[in-house]
Amino acid sequence: MPASITVSSHPSVQYLLRIGDTCLIHAQRLAEWSGHAPIVEEDIALANMALDLIGQARAVLGRAGELEAELGGEAHDEDQLAFLRDERDFRNCTIVELPRGDFALTMLRNCALAIFLKLLWDGLAASSDGQLAAIAGKAVKEARYHEEHAAGWVVRLGDGTSESAARSKAALDVLWPYVAELFEDDAIDAAAAASGLGPRWSELRDGWHAAFGAVLAAAALEAPAERAFRSTGKAGRHSEHLGYVLAEMQHLQRAYPGGVW
Amino acid sequence: MSERNEWPLWEVFVRSKAGLDHKHCGSLHAADPQMAIQLARDVYTRRQEGTSVWVVRSDQITASDPGEKSSYFDPMEDKVYRHPTFYVLPKSLDHM
Repeated sequence: MPASITVSSHPSVQYLLRIGDTCLIHAQRLAEWSGHAPIVEEDIALANMALDLIGQARAVLGRAGELEAELGGEAHDEDQLAFLRDERDFRNCTIVELPRGDFALTMLRNCALAIFLKLLWDGLAASSDGQLAAIAGKAVKEARYHEEHAAGWVVRLGDGTSESAARSKAALDVLWPYVAELFEDDAIDAAAAASGLGPRWSELRDGWHAAFGAVLAAAALEAPAERAFRSTGKAGRHSEHLGYVLAEMQHLQRAYPGGVW
Repeated sequence: MSERNEWPLWEVFVRSKAGLDHKHCGSLHAADPQMAIQLARDVYTRRQEGTSVWVVRSDQITASDPGEKSSYFDPMEDKVYRHPTFYVLPKSLDHM
């Protein structure tokens, strides 16, 4: 088994890991639908979107690894960062690692994440890091489509049959406690804002609530009440689910180091 | 599956680039026009095949009857004079 790598704790690297890991784990959960979506057309659509997110993760993790070297540390490539880090070194938001649930939960989560990522990429398009700005310029188009696709489903299911409405409501109850983490600020956000690398994620809160709230209203769904609970995936303290995701995702590279198709 | 629960079928037409025709490329099931457009995008333009997509509900298309193929199309078989093959074209037009 190849040893796990340790990544730079520099705030800029950490900021990029939060973005890249959120895309990567989100993609991994979406890809679980391959062969299981309710219709073959959706199966293809979900796989497409998972691949979009993997592309975004590759670009951002690749940049994070380069940045480590630029800051005087050891460089890592995107594969090392994806497959050779331990759970505690992943910086994704907790919401993306939750089990995929039913189709209603997947669509609500896709919608929430697509709106969030769209706002984030919009902010990152003005990044002081030219490469990150270029990645964001391309990714924002993908996020816009992901939002359109998921929002359509949220409305269809929420404002659909009594069964689909009940499932949507239940899914929203499961996801809602993990939304607040997206907009929690810390020293890493402050450093990113100061260096011009990217926006504080708290700056995205109002825009997100406006856009997601509009989708919920059209879907005849109501946002659950805010609670004091805060998930902490961005700081590396994850739910019990991420370990299983990583076990599956990392198995091949850990068992056959450097293996390629 | 009962008909009540089955989503309607849509025919998908994709235009590969501006100036060209929309070409029929397949069909898919979707609940409404918006979903049909989105799914057409996901199923039929994954490899940059398109710049524009049309969808038409399959039941809105009136088609010729396969049973009438013999009376509709077979009579054209021996009318070679309808092909413009008796004109001699300049060599520079060899792609006509």
